[in-house]
Amino acid sequence: MTVESTAARSKQPRRSSSKRTSSPKKKAAAKKPAGDPGLVQLLTPEGERVEHPDYAIDLTADELRGLYRDMVLTRAFDAEGVTLQRQGELGLWPSLLGQEAAQVGSARAMRDDDYAFPTYREHGVAWVRGVPPENLLGMFRGVNNGGWDPNSNNFHLYTIVIGSQALHATGYAMGITKDGADSSVIAYFGDGASSQGDVAESFTFAAVYNAPVVFFCQNNQWAISEPTEKQSRVPLYRRADGFGFPGVRVDGNDVLACLAVTRAALEHTRSGQGPMLVEAYTYRMGAHTTSDDPTRYREDEERKGWEAKDPILRLRTYLENEGLADEDFFASLEEESTALGKRVREAIRTMENPDEMAMFENIYADGHALVDEERAAYAAYQASFAEEGN
Amino acid sequence: MAAEKMALAKAITESLRTSLEQDSKVLVMGEDVGKLGGVFRVTDGLQKDFGEDRVIDTPLAESGIVGTAIGLALRGYRPVVEIQFDGFVFPAYDQIVTQLAKMHARALGKIKLPVVIRIPYGGGIGAVEHHSESPEALFAHVAGLKCVSPSNASDAYWMMQQSIASDDPVIFFEPKRRYWDKGEVDKTAIPGPLHKARVAREGSDLTVVAYGPMVKTCMEAAAAAAEEGRSLEVIDLRSMSPIDFDTVQASVEKTGRLVVVHEAPVFYGSGAEIAARITERCFYHLEAPVLRVGGYHAPYPPARLEEEYLPGLDRILDSVDRALAY
Repeated sequence: MTVESTAARSKQPRRSSSKRTSSPKKKAAAKKPAGDPGLVQLLTPEGERVEHPDYAIDLTADELRGLYRDMVLTRAFDAEGVTLQRQGELGLWPSLLGQEAAQVGSARAMRDDDYAFPTYREHGVAWVRGVPPENLLGMFRGVNNGGWDPNSNNFHLYTIVIGSQALHATGYAMGITKDGADSSVIAYFGDGASSQGDVAESFTFAAVYNAPVVFFCQNNQWAISEPTEKQSRVPLYRRADGFGFPGVRVDGNDVLACLAVTRAALEHTRSGQGPMLVEAYTYRMGAHTTSDDPTRYREDEERKGWEAKDPILRLRTYLENEGLADEDFFASLEEESTALGKRVREAIRTMENPDEMAMFENIYADGHALVDEERAAYAAYQASFAEEGN
Repeated sequence: MAAEKMALAKAITESLRTSLEQDSKVLVMGEDVGKLGGVFRVTDGLQKDFGEDRVIDTPLAESGIVGTAIGLALRGYRPVVEIQFDGFVFPAYDQIVTQLAKMHARALGKIKLPVVIRIPYGGGIGAVEHHSESPEALFAHVAGLKCVSPSNASDAYWMMQQSIASDDPVIFFEPKRRYWDKGEVDKTAIPGPLHKARVAREGSDLTVVAYGPMVKTCMEAAAAAAEEGRSLEVIDLRSMSPIDFDTVQASVEKTGRLVVVHEAPVFYGSGAEIAARITERCFYHLEAPVLRVGGYHAPYPPARLEEEYLPGLDRILDSVDRALAY
């Protein structure tokens, strides 16, 4: 597979161009994060580095450019998904626009042996885990209902029923503990899922068994048409309090903060302290899916306010202001984005419909007499047309 | 080694013990399965011998139990989950139907979900509501699941181990009113296939198909019918998904008549499926329509009425009479 995600490339040592960006540390000594004091932020919407007493981060220029690249390519792929739906190539596409930092930052905090349990919108996480982007399109095109081996990249199948995967993540984490391993798990879900019983039950199980799982809630403010106020009276990160484990709210549009906080959360779980909840405070810039019309329930003003907090723009400003990336970098990244779009378009246009017998396959691992009978009956039925034709 | 006589519940305990011994990936989990040994004592002594890490007392949350069992299976474990009573499975129904049943197919066969869900089911024990239901058709209807139910101690012993060894999710329905019935268990025997039906009594006039708790009732009905000179063949289905239609078909081709008996409501019950399939397979052999005996389209009644609701000897024999009258 030719997957060029930065994570895949990051296996090579990359100390050579290690221009450390420690200078902002000094610069920011006097600066406090703006806005909500409970919100962990390391890079302001204006692209300025700020410090947080609990969450430090020190990245090389190469690593910073890598985060930027992951976000840009994720956005490009996502935009291609929307376009392909509009062109009729996909039945549906759930856009992640606006959530690139939350996904790339959290996923980049993971080790290869960690495991991610996504919703259906984690295209950025998939990218970082090295899942070929084409594989994500199958279920939205209607050629399969999942379509990849979760163990290839430790990235579970997309889960459409809201919140179910939080329990799978917790069970998987319980298994890690039983194995005596120090891997960890991230359960991705959204603000809407925070109301689901399965999410509450996963908090209970994870707490009781001290399971190494990070509950990563992307609060993108909207569960289709329902604002977060319809889900909770308290900030979502505080839900953890009642279950007895820590919760933290991070600026979900700040890739540095998302990386730092998730790293710390994963370390927390690895060190045997049990689960942790991270609420990435972000915004769904697009519609819920291509079938949705947000003009029916929210004001454009709100969206415009969040445009100023764009996760990609702020990192670009920072890279430019600090001289950490030159024009060549941005230009070649643009070319790479275009090439990725082309690759995805070509993949979708050559994606073959499944063989009609595929619906009888993989229903059971050990087989089932009824499936065998129905498969044979269907094959005979199909064959009858061929005989008529002869 | 000679066969041992043991209660059906004890046979399941022994079976779980053997599986725990043979495969370190096997886990037992559920509410009160540890120290207490389960409300029916089916897991009695297992936590003491295998530790809290493998025999796990869970929080009181059925969806959580099945959902985390799925995660454990994805990590390579083989969880055997206990749902305390039939009527308590519905909080987990979403995880079973939406997640457990479909995941193997969704992953194009790349992952396996060897999860066994034990459900003590059925009535006849004078319990309060939600403790006497027979929801097997609700699970048999779902592709990706397998459903079995032993009727006796020997089958309970072997079918449990076979279910644990299966790489597919198995819903294991335990006939709770037969938990204390004793039977011979030969641990050195070689068991037949998990999903094969068994002819429990040979006969020539009419076939009776049953599974789980109703097999014993049907055997009693057959004995009573024999006194009246009627020869009933009783088939213990053992598996409700898949169903061994070949065994039923062979019997009906011989007898020409079929009565299906289960505790679950007749409407949309497994008897409907068996009647339809056997009618199609045996149309020219049938001397009478396939008749069904089961529960009514009513909520499971209060315990003082359950004897009226559940198929008993008389109701089964009444249907036998009606089938023979054609």
